[in-house]
Amino acid sequence: MFKGIAASPGIATGRVYIYRKREPVIHREHIAAVQVPAEEERLDEAVRLSKIQLEDLRDKVAQELGASEASIFEAHLMMLDDPAFVPEIKDTIRQELIKAEHALFKVVERYVQTFNAIEDEYLKGRAADLKDIGERLAGNLLGMAGNTLEDLPEDAVILAVDLAPSDTARLDKSRCRAFVTEMGSRTSHTAIMARSMEIPAVVGIAGITGKAEDGDKIIVDGDAGLVWLNPDPATLKLYRRKQHEYRQLRQELQGLKDLPAETSCGGRRVELSANIGTPEDCTAALANGADGVGLFRTEFLYIDRDHLPGEEEQLKAYTAAAMAMAPRPVIIRTLDIGGDKRLPYLHLPEEMNPFLGVRGIRLCLERPDIFKTQLRAILRAGISGNVRIMYPMIADVSEIRAANALLAEAKRELADEGISCADQLPVGIMIETPAAALTADLLAKEVDFFSIGSNDLIQYTMAADRMNERLYRLHELLHPAVLKLIKHIIDAAHRAGKWVGMCGEMAGSEEAAPLLLGMGLDEFSMSAASIPRIKKIIRSLSYAQAADIAREALALPAADSIRALTSKVLQQVDEYRA
Amino acid sequence: MSKVEREVTIKKKTGLHARPATEFVQLAQKFTSSIYITVNDKKADAKSIIKVLSLGATEGSKLRIAAEGPDAEEAVRELAVFLETA
Repeated sequence: MFKGIAASPGIATGRVYIYRKREPVIHREHIAAVQVPAEEERLDEAVRLSKIQLEDLRDKVAQELGASEASIFEAHLMMLDDPAFVPEIKDTIRQELIKAEHALFKVVERYVQTFNAIEDEYLKGRAADLKDIGERLAGNLLGMAGNTLEDLPEDAVILAVDLAPSDTARLDKSRCRAFVTEMGSRTSHTAIMARSMEIPAVVGIAGITGKAEDGDKIIVDGDAGLVWLNPDPATLKLYRRKQHEYRQLRQELQGLKDLPAETSCGGRRVELSANIGTPEDCTAALANGADGVGLFRTEFLYIDRDHLPGEEEQLKAYTAAAMAMAPRPVIIRTLDIGGDKRLPYLHLPEEMNPFLGVRGIRLCLERPDIFKTQLRAILRAGISGNVRIMYPMIADVSEIRAANALLAEAKRELADEGISCADQLPVGIMIETPAAALTADLLAKEVDFFSIGSNDLIQYTMAADRMNERLYRLHELLHPAVLKLIKHIIDAAHRAGKWVGMCGEMAGSEEAAPLLLGMGLDEFSMSAASIPRIKKIIRSLSYAQAADIAREALALPAADSIRALTSKVLQQVDEYRA
Repeated sequence: MSKVEREVTIKKKTGLHARPATEFVQLAQKFTSSIYITVNDKKADAKSIIKVLSLGATEGSKLRIAAEGPDAEEAVRELAVFLETA
């Protein structure tokens, strides 16, 4: 049995499927002239395999996501058929007497350098394509295609050191039962992804990929953060029963779907919204009874590709979400790249402290070209539903004003071009820096609403990297410092007549729910799957009771004592826990 | 076998970088003649996307098209029209 961090609830049984990143080893020794034909044959075979894989990928993506998403693989296929590319690798093998993978590496590197030397975003994108195709060829040459996430066996439980957004984007979601990773925390990408997909996940189990083998039986307990490899029959039986109970609970919560998130005795109504990563997630949001989308992460449009998304492509995605949710609100967060999320094709300089670097609104204000394209698309989508705009990583009033100036400019441009767009969209900001939290009264005058980004607010308040497992204890959502800041933000906003939401992981946390309710939070936005449980808690408390608990919690000296207080409350609320 | 050459100025806004490069190469591939283009003394096989992209030819660049083969004349004519269309 292995103990890790419970990252996404639920229980899964299945078979181990180990995912390792491909890192081809290039053999640089020389070959004899007689070996040249054999190397050329190896290359031809690798090209043949790569073409089959790419054609499969193209067809699969075209079917699931549409032709424009599949065009990237079309471009890769064109490179493989290029009259210069493969022949040039063969020439290099012959002339320099080196192995196929070494020659491949040299040719790819040469073109990548040529493309990158020309100041042109499009060519930099093609350089990324060439690198990608080079990696695929090298993988096939070395017979180390390895496990991919595109083609999973039935009942796969994925074990990996870590999963990047580009890995999970290609995941075969219908066959994945659970995730287990060596790195990460409750707020790392894997964890958030698992919760939005509603599959169990345990993260932070060092060395697990070395201890398991493909096909091993495995149980993942995402509630307790436990993983069992090749469990004995008794354990398996116990978990089968737990799985059954878990399904029953889900069914019970499902009954709350169409009821409002209102405290008992009708005291106070709050909004429970969903965080989404793609327009398709609206289905799960509505199925769980979401009052809206409190956070539409737009990064999916930018990651796992080689160039920036255009205005039309963005418009399509935003419109799809707005229409799916209408008349419910959809809060679109503008691009939040930086920190752990990078875009290789932007070629931004490496930073010593990316979480303290040029991310979120800071990047967007540095690159108004990128930002304005997005703002135009959001403004245009505004005519299709109830759309709101939200800027991330605000630290200062000047940033709001600069962003709003660009928004006004985008609106003017659209009007000049005769393109219809929303006249007035509500504009809000994320409160995730201590600077923004402390000056909430000043910022409230500039915007229509706040949404507290608790993951980053905790990280920056506690000065603890949320990717560092050794600092897990400091990433504490019930820490008195965190609660006091949240109280301060809510009070400041309410005094200015503005509403406050929260879209971090804390908003979906059961132990925080009574406190947030009692402090006056107006909107809770979370993974869709968490909505029914939070709704149940809110509906079983009275507002006065919640306010008392919050007041009491704010006077306590440490997270432990606050947790003891809220779990006592939750025990009364939830028979499931008793 | 006829050999045809012609000099043109690129009128496409994005030059021979973005999508026009792919379209240009796909057009060239329709002909059986061998076709080469030269920009600033750099020569490239017109049927190779990576070679064409490596030229980094922008709007306003002077470009020489040279084709040799049975359909050389048509090839040069069509490719020239493509490049001279904005």
